[in-house]
Amino acid sequence: MAARTITFREAINEAMRLEMRRDPTVILFGEDVAGGATLPHMEGENKEAWGGVLGVRTGLAPEFGRNRVLDTPISESAFIGAAVGAASTGLRPIAELMFIDFLGVCFDQIFNQGAKLRYMFGGKAQVPMVVRSMIGAGFRAAAQHSGCLYSIFTHIPGLKTVVPSTPYDAKGLLSAAIRDNDPVMFFEHKLLYDIEGEVPEDNYTIPLGEAEVKREGSDATIVTVGRMVHFSLEAAEKLANDGVNVEVVDLRSLSPMDGDTILDSVKKTHRLVVVDEDNPRCSLATDVIALVADQAFDYLDAPCKMITAPHTPVPFSPGLEDAYIPSVESIVSTVKSFTG
Amino acid sequence: MSLTKEKMLEAYATMKKIRLFEEKVAGLFAEGKLPGFVHLYAGEEAIATGVCAHLSERDYITSTHRGHGHCIAKGVDINSMMAEVYGKATGACKGKGGSMHIADVDKGMLGANGIVGAGGPLACGSGLMAKTLGTDQVTVCFFGDGAAEQGTMHEAMNLACCWILPVVFVCENNGYAESTPWGYHCAAKNIADRGVAYDMPGVTVDGTDFFAIYETAEEAIGRARRGEGPSLIECRGFRYYGHFEGDAMLYVTEEEKKRNRARDPIENFKKRATERGLLSEEQIAELDSKVAAIIEEAFKFAEKSAWPENKEVLTDVYVNYP
Ligand SMILES: Cc1ncc(C[n+]2csc(CCOP(=O)(O)OP(=O)(O)O)c2C)c(N)n1
Ligand SMILES: [Mg+2]
Repeated sequence: MAARTITFREAINEAMRLEMRRDPTVILFGEDVAGGATLPHMEGENKEAWGGVLGVRTGLAPEFGRNRVLDTPISESAFIGAAVGAASTGLRPIAELMFIDFLGVCFDQIFNQGAKLRYMFGGKAQVPMVVRSMIGAGFRAAAQHSGCLYSIFTHIPGLKTVVPSTPYDAKGLLSAAIRDNDPVMFFEHKLLYDIEGEVPEDNYTIPLGEAEVKREGSDATIVTVGRMVHFSLEAAEKLANDGVNVEVVDLRSLSPMDGDTILDSVKKTHRLVVVDEDNPRCSLATDVIALVADQAFDYLDAPCKMITAPHTPVPFSPGLEDAYIPSVESIVSTVKSFTG
Repeated sequence: MSLTKEKMLEAYATMKKIRLFEEKVAGLFAEGKLPGFVHLYAGEEAIATGVCAHLSERDYITSTHRGHGHCIAKGVDINSMMAEVYGKATGACKGKGGSMHIADVDKGMLGANGIVGAGGPLACGSGLMAKTLGTDQVTVCFFGDGAAEQGTMHEAMNLACCWILPVVFVCENNGYAESTPWGYHCAAKNIADRGVAYDMPGVTVDGTDFFAIYETAEEAIGRARRGEGPSLIECRGFRYYGHFEGDAMLYVTEEEKKRNRARDPIENFKKRATERGLLSEEQIAELDSKVAAIIEEAFKFAEKSAWPENKEVLTDVYVNYP
C-alpha cells in the first residue's frame, strides 16, 4: 500500500470518502457539512460553501451529491434521532454533531434511543451509525465549545467510543466505526486536525477496542488518549533524557476498552499514570485506575496517579485555558515523583 | 409612537456604538489580537436598538452567540465588553466567558450564548420570575433564524404562551445559519407565522428599519407588560460580516452584498431623521465623534488591563467553595 503524509483532517475526510464509495448506504449529514444548500450558485455542480466549520468535509458533496451529503437545520434532536431511525432500517449514517458540547440538545436520541434499541428489542435491531464530533480545549472557544466529555458516553452501555490521536489511527478507526454495526461516538480533537502523519492511500480498518503502545518503556506506564498522547510522548522524551523510560499506551477506543494492554503494561512497569484531558470525576482516568486497582494491585510499586483537567468548565482567557489543560511539565513531574 | 428627540439621539448613538465596536473587533481579530470565535452583529443594529429602547435596566434579555449588539443596546459597559473579548481580568466575566458569553445580570443581560436556541427556555424562566413575584419586568428573547429550528425554541414559545408569560420573542432573520440559507432550513414561508401555532401575535418587520422595529416592539412589550402574554417578531435583515471572523462568505453573492449595503440600517435612520428635520447633520456628526472616542477608550482600557490570575480557573464553579 502506498503511503504518504497527510493531515489528520485529510485522513478523516478520506475515510468517509472511501467508505462512501464502497457502500452506497453510507450517507453524511449535519449542519453545514456541504453548506449553501439550495443556493442557485452552489447547486448544479454540487459545489459546497463550507465543507464544515473546520473544513473536514471538503469535496464530499461535489463527489457524492447532496442526496448523500445533506445540510441540516439546527435541529440536533431531529437529525441525530433520524440517524438512529435510518440506521435501524438500512442506512449507515454518519451524523455530525459539530461540537460535542451540543450533546445537551440531543442526548435523548443518543442514549435512550440509539444506545438502547438493540437491547430493549431483544437483539432484534441494530443501529450502525457514527456520530462524529469535535472535542477539546485549546481553541479559545470557551466553556460551551471546548469539552471532551467522552467519559459521559463511555458510561453508557450500547455505545462505542473512539478517540484517535494520529492521522493513521483516525482513518482506520473511522472506517471501522462506519462498518461497525453498533452506534459509535467518534471524537475528533480540534487541535489535532493540522497534525501530519503517514497514511496509506488504500482503505483499511483498525479494530475498535485495540489499544496501541505508542512508546515502549519499563519504568512507568502512561495510559492516555487523543491530544494527550502527544503530550505524553513529549514528556516521555524529556524523561528519557533523565534516564526514565515510560511506556505510553494510547487507548484509541474507550468503549470497548483494551484492558489487557493496560494490565500487561502495568505488570511490566509497576507504576501507572493516566493522562486525560476530560474532567476528573467518574471519568476515563478513574475507570482505568479502578481496573488496575482491581486486577493488578499486587504489581503496583506506587499509588496510581491521574493528570486531568480540573473539575471546572473550560475558561476562555488564553492563560486560564492553558492552565486548565494538563501540561507536559505536569506529566514529567508526576512521573518523576515516583520514579525517583 | 413615543419617539422623542432625545430617544432618537440615544438610538442613533447606540447603533453607532454597535457598528464601531464591531468594526474595531474585526480589525483587532484580523491583527491576531483576539482569541477564539467572534460573531459580529454589524448590519443588525436597528433590531437590538429598536427593541431595547423599550426596556429598563430591570427588564431582561437573552441573547445569542452574536451578542455584542444586544449587550450594548441593553447598557452593558463597553469597556468591560472589550476587555472580555480580549479575555482580560477587567472583562464583564473576568475573562472567563469571552465574546460568546458576555453577560451582565445586573443590567438584565442574561448572557450571549454558545448554544443555539438556548435563550428561549431561559427567557421563560425570567418571565416566570416576574409573573410569580408580580413585577412588571419583561424579558426579550433574541434568537436567529437558524435557532428558530431548534426544538428548545418551539418548546419555549409554547410554554411561554401556556403560562401567559411576559416574554417577547424577537427572531433576527439575517437569512443564514452559518452558510445555510433560511429558505432551506426553514420549512415555513415566514418564521412569524409560527405565532399562530402557539396562539400569539406574530409579525414580520424590516430588520433594517429602526422605526418599524421600534413601533412593533413597543406594542409587543406593552402587551407583555400588561400581562397579556407573549408575542413573536421576525426581523428580516442581514449581517455584513461572515458567520464568524474568518468565514469567506462564499455563499453570499456580490449582488446580494451590494443590495445589503444599500439598505444600511444606520444610513437609513440618518436619512429619514434628517430629511424630516428630526435630527440635524451637526447633531449626528457630534455623536459620531463622541462614539468613536468611547470605542477608542474601550480598546485602550482592554489593552492596558491585566490578564486574570491562574487561580481564577478554579473559582466560580460553586457558590460556597473552593
Ligand atoms: C446547539 C448548537 N448547534 C449548533 C451550533 C453551531 N452554530 C453556532 S451559530 C450557528 C448558526 C446560527 O444561525 P442563526 O440562529 O441564524 O444566527 P446567526 O448566526 O445568523 O446570527 C450554528 C449552527 C451551536 N452553537 N449550538
Ligand atoms: Mg441567521
